[in-house]
Amino acid sequence: MMNSNAPSSSSGGAGSTDSSAPRRNSKRPKYSRFTQQELPACKPILTPRWVISAFMLVSIVFIPIGVASLFASRDVVEIIDRYETDCIPQGVSDKVQYIQTPGDKPCNRTLTVPKYMKQPIYVYYQLDNFYQNHRRYVKSRSDQQLKYPADEDETSACEPEDKVNGVAIVPCGLIAWSLFNDTYNFSLNNTQLPINKMGISWKSDRENKFGKDVYPKNFQNGTLIGGANLTASIPLSKQEDLIVWMRTAALPTFRKLYGKIEMDLQENDTIQVTLQNNYNTYSFNGKKKLVLSTTTWLGGKNDFLGIAYLTVGGLCFFLAMAFTLVYLVKPRRLGDPSYLSWNRNPGGH
Amino acid sequence: MKRYVYINDDELSQDLYCDNRISNTKYTILNFLPKNLWEQFSRFMNQYFLLIACLQLWPLITPVNPASTWGPLIFIFAVSATKEGWDDYNRYLSDKKANEKEVWVVKQGIKKHIQAQDIRVGNIVWLRENDEVPCDLVLVGTSDLQGLCYVETSALDGETDLKTRVIPHACMGIDFELLHKGVIECPNPDKDIRRFDANLRLFPPFIDNDLCPLTIKNTILQSCYLRNTEWACGVAVYTGNETKLGMSRGVPEPKLTAVDMMIDKLTGAIFIFQIVVVIVLGIAGNVWKDTEARKQWYVQYPNEGPWYELLVIPLRFELLCSIMIPISIKVSLDLVKSLYAKFIDWDCEMFDIETGTRANAANTAISEDLGQVEYILTDKTGTLTENKMVFKRCCIGGIFYGNETGDALKDLELLDAVVSGSPDVVRFLTVMALCNTVIPIRSKSGSISYKAQSQDEEALVRAAACLHMIFVNKNANILEINYNGTMAQYEVLDTLEFTSDRKRMSVVVKDCKSGKIILLSKGADEAILPCANPGQQTRSFSEAVDQYAQLGLRTLCLAWRVLEEDEYQEWSLIFKEANSSLVDREWRVAEVCQRLEHGFEILGVAAIEDRLQDGVPETITTLRKAGINFWMLTGDKQNTALQIALSCNLVSPEPKGQLLLINGKTDDEVCRSLERVLLTMRTTNSEPKDVAFVIDGWALEIALRHYRKTFTELALLSRTAICCRVTPSQKAQLVYIIKSCEYKTLAIGDGGNDVRMIQQADIGVGISGREGLQAARAADYSIGKFRFLKRLILVHGRYSYNRTAFLSQYSFYKSLLICFIQIFFSFISGVSGTSLFNSVSLMAYNTFYTSIPVLVSALDKDLSERTVMQHPQILFYCQAGRLLNPSTFAGWFGRSLFHAIVVFLITIHAYAYERSEMEEMSMVALSGCIWLQAFVVALETNSFTVLQHLAIWGNLAGFYIINWIVSTLPSSGMHTIMFRLCRQPSYWTTMFLMVAAGMGPVLALKYFRYTYRSSKINILQQAERLGGPILTLGNIEPQPRSLEKEATPLLLIQPKNRSPVHEPLLSDSPNTTRRSFGSGTPFDFFQSQSRLSSSYSRNCKDN
Repeated sequence: MMNSNAPSSSSGGAGSTDSSAPRRNSKRPKYSRFTQQELPACKPILTPRWVISAFMLVSIVFIPIGVASLFASRDVVEIIDRYETDCIPQGVSDKVQYIQTPGDKPCNRTLTVPKYMKQPIYVYYQLDNFYQNHRRYVKSRSDQQLKYPADEDETSACEPEDKVNGVAIVPCGLIAWSLFNDTYNFSLNNTQLPINKMGISWKSDRENKFGKDVYPKNFQNGTLIGGANLTASIPLSKQEDLIVWMRTAALPTFRKLYGKIEMDLQENDTIQVTLQNNYNTYSFNGKKKLVLSTTTWLGGKNDFLGIAYLTVGGLCFFLAMAFTLVYLVKPRRLGDPSYLSWNRNPGGH
Repeated sequence: MKRYVYINDDELSQDLYCDNRISNTKYTILNFLPKNLWEQFSRFMNQYFLLIACLQLWPLITPVNPASTWGPLIFIFAVSATKEGWDDYNRYLSDKKANEKEVWVVKQGIKKHIQAQDIRVGNIVWLRENDEVPCDLVLVGTSDLQGLCYVETSALDGETDLKTRVIPHACMGIDFELLHKGVIECPNPDKDIRRFDANLRLFPPFIDNDLCPLTIKNTILQSCYLRNTEWACGVAVYTGNETKLGMSRGVPEPKLTAVDMMIDKLTGAIFIFQIVVVIVLGIAGNVWKDTEARKQWYVQYPNEGPWYELLVIPLRFELLCSIMIPISIKVSLDLVKSLYAKFIDWDCEMFDIETGTRANAANTAISEDLGQVEYILTDKTGTLTENKMVFKRCCIGGIFYGNETGDALKDLELLDAVVSGSPDVVRFLTVMALCNTVIPIRSKSGSISYKAQSQDEEALVRAAACLHMIFVNKNANILEINYNGTMAQYEVLDTLEFTSDRKRMSVVVKDCKSGKIILLSKGADEAILPCANPGQQTRSFSEAVDQYAQLGLRTLCLAWRVLEEDEYQEWSLIFKEANSSLVDREWRVAEVCQRLEHGFEILGVAAIEDRLQDGVPETITTLRKAGINFWMLTGDKQNTALQIALSCNLVSPEPKGQLLLINGKTDDEVCRSLERVLLTMRTTNSEPKDVAFVIDGWALEIALRHYRKTFTELALLSRTAICCRVTPSQKAQLVYIIKSCEYKTLAIGDGGNDVRMIQQADIGVGISGREGLQAARAADYSIGKFRFLKRLILVHGRYSYNRTAFLSQYSFYKSLLICFIQIFFSFISGVSGTSLFNSVSLMAYNTFYTSIPVLVSALDKDLSERTVMQHPQILFYCQAGRLLNPSTFAGWFGRSLFHAIVVFLITIHAYAYERSEMEEMSMVALSGCIWLQAFVVALETNSFTVLQHLAIWGNLAGFYIINWIVSTLPSSGMHTIMFRLCRQPSYWTTMFLMVAAGMGPVLALKYFRYTYRSSKINILQQAERLGGPILTLGNIEPQPRSLEKEATPLLLIQPKNRSPVHEPLLSDSPNTTRRSFGSGTPFDFFQSQSRLSSSYSRNCKDN
């Protein structure tokens, strides 16, 4: 079709067409594979072999990974102690009022180590039904203020915990204000079990988010006292509990690192925990739990990944088998033109 | 209403009528911004985005930075406005050029040079040969003594032949420079180019100042060209945009494709869904706030809020859900649409070598519609045919010439006969050269070109010239002929003009050398053969006519008779008398002619071909197979139209096809005819039969005016129609009727008379052909040849539709995906409207991460071009909108919901407890979405080129690179997050889990449907790639050729009386044809077998 001596061109005056042919052909679009949509292409289609082997492959890869992660999760030793109801003394009917009254609220808990726990053992507190991800809450902070002493007055986002008597609060906002303030003391066989609270926050936060020369100021000075108070002489970058707390959780149930126990615990060791039950979760029926956990390559105790991998792997295996079966029982020729309806009754469709 | 035009009187008509400024622009500098913005904001989507952008300015409710909406919004608007502005500027420039053209105007007897735009109604405009007429003029003078001039009207009605115009008899013989005063009484401007009912009265000092009636014959209209006339002058009656052309130039409406409308509809549906979500979540949020949030002391909800407090949460959700409607879709679509258009421009296979024109997409926005075309309305002359009549064969004195070679001009036998001076052949050639109204024009270089009112005559004269009988010159009544180097002169004594009743035309000439008077005649066989000399055998001629007709050639019988001087003189008197009679003139003239036209010596039969363009029958067959209905709308006559329709496979011969004729001169006749045809159509509709109806302009006018409903019903029942002698505005009306029934129409034409139809249709295609570029300029697409239409529709249109269908639904999918995750997250964040994702991620997700991979879907090809050409039926999927409709959209909706659930559940479970840090989790969910969308695009991509791989997998890598870069910035919220995640094995296991869980079911479902519920597209894909029987069919090109070969013998069995009738294309003759088929009886063709369609399936079986 594209050759230059097309028969139709000979019908006109032969001389004139020939002389103008180069000029005309110069208008011709430049050929390239892209412009002609003729780039070399691989056109895979879903053949039974391809699809069945894909499913087989997935199941072969997924089932071992599932087993491995399940084992990893099972290796984790975890002690969970829910204490918020037990730590209310007998006879207190109004828990909220009890928790809001100032003063020591000690509580003793005993934990038994079910299995040998290798160090480091992480100590978490877990809160349930606590919405750190609430919009009002999550926005109520000032990153500027946390980092730069000069930006102390950048508190517009912190409302309503932005200022007390016209003076900016450092650190401002609801998150800092509601800092968790239960404390735990561990002892093993009547000897103090040291808790390392250094390095529990992210290194990047300590170095980049919280200023070394930003000191708490005017904190918990308002009419409403939220959570913990901060030592005014320690810069924010050293207030690791605050730094951990300020990493807001995306789920209403979350754990935050309290500290690390840097010694191994033997099976059936009994740990005495003396805690100060200060934090109010009673007004919203939130649970408080103390968690001691070891860790593996996959993180803490979480069976979900293992089970999900096994399920997906199993389902893929099942699908592969089913497709194979259907393929063998009811083979169907691919691309058979007799399936085209217009081949069966020409003219219509 | 009348307008009175005072000739040459500036005071009286100065400000009454507009000046001659032509304006096609849409905007002025002042109204550009408001008008353009108003137009842009009339689209629902834009209003929506503006509203969202305004709401985001309120910091209390905005979840993200307002710049993330304002930036893209302003960008989009700026791009659209710039494009519109540029187009309008170009229109302004071309108008300016036309307006500032210099023309001569005669004022008080003095010629002045003024700009075209300064012409006023009443001015006398003076034109030279080959000038374009600047406004509508009433002729008052020409260089011709008899007051004639010739104009070319192709820009107006598409007819290339020259038309004769004559000055009113009142002006006859008056020197136009003396013509000072007068009045023309004419109707208000209208668009009817065939009518001009006006009167002229000249003021004293002219004695003859009676009313002189004017008709269209006395006018020359804007955009025509003056030809073969030294000069002409006329009085401007209509100017500027009020000319006949200007009035018929409809304002082109901006076209919106069906796909766009579907997208708008889906957007509306999503909007409603969004409102429902917002209301539900808003109520839930307020309830949660009043019950739960008050107990959550750390949130410190104030007890008393401002009055709008109840609205805050719903509005927050509105903003959170605003990403449901992707702002990126408009940008993406605009981008890919301009790419589709570029592909059309770039296509080497749509480059016409002969004329050196490439295909061009002037309108970049409607490529998808090409794939959804259901009706093609095509012009005939110049569109289907080459608009070149060629003399092909002849039979002289019983000897057939050209039968072997197919071209008589190359037949050595004939050439020998010419050289040797065989008397039969010489006489035949003399008739060919003389019996016509052709005007030879000698150019400066000495070559002779011919201007004829009838293409047939031109073809005969040209052929005669090739056979050494050269018609050299026409000087008043003297014709000069050069035969083999000897000059001969003939004086034309009388011309017995062609009428459709006589079906022949004759001239009486006197050989200046010998003084012999000869009658030369040519005409249809049934008009000539019966008048033969009783002594002559005519059987061989009628056999020749039959044979030629079977080959689809137009036949003309040529005859002559030597007249006696006395006989002629006697007849001449009667003829003059008849010609000047006032009553029944036509009938009387015909009767007088009859007296002379008898006793002919039949010389022979000439066969002329109006050649179809290359590939027209194949193109029409293929497109009809693709389920496209063809209508042929032509200004031409019924017979010519039918002939062409047959030879280009537009109508199938019997028994497959049936032709129904609608005719009639009065309302009743038309109505009856219409009813009858409709009845036949209804009864035959169930049969697999191609029923076509034929209607002429007159009946169409009546049908459209009085029986519109019936006609519309008929139009929808019929797959094929042939409309003859229709005007440009009727063409446009027909397009409108089909369009108003929600069918996608494509109009294709090449002349100025097709412009309105082209503008009216959903898609206008112009052929940049011999008739100039009006049509191509007005059209959305212009191509060099009709055959490229096949590729334009089947390849470009189909791909565009498929690609846009995927791209638009995918855009909604990815937006819904992320929006569903936000909604789910709101249930675990106290229904407070927290955004899981940060502003940067959200903006980048919509405009970058998910837009880049899907843009390469603009290069995707589901089937190869060859397969589509072989199986044009596959276009049905596009026409029926199978790939983009509410149910496919529901599939995508479901998929996004499913994927959102997968991503959300896996994220919150894998990242529970001590890992539930907000920034980390948001990145886990986001990367889950990115992984899934990469695999979705990969799964839905049919052909992977380098670009596809680069875009899909490169984008995935790009996502990580960008986030790593952002993660190094200490000031960003996600500082170090991405590095932390990528070091965790659990992150990667989570990703793989999401991909497997998200894609597994989708793949399984797709595989099942692909293999066990396969669509036609799937089957062809499989066949194509597994090298099935379809591939061994071989090249597409040979196949249609074989169709053509098989189609030719079908015509052989046509009965004689249906053979083409000689009719020179005298487009001005008012009466229409009303014969050839009995009134309304089905037009039967005989055909042995419907091989056309069976050849296809047989080919398949063979392999």
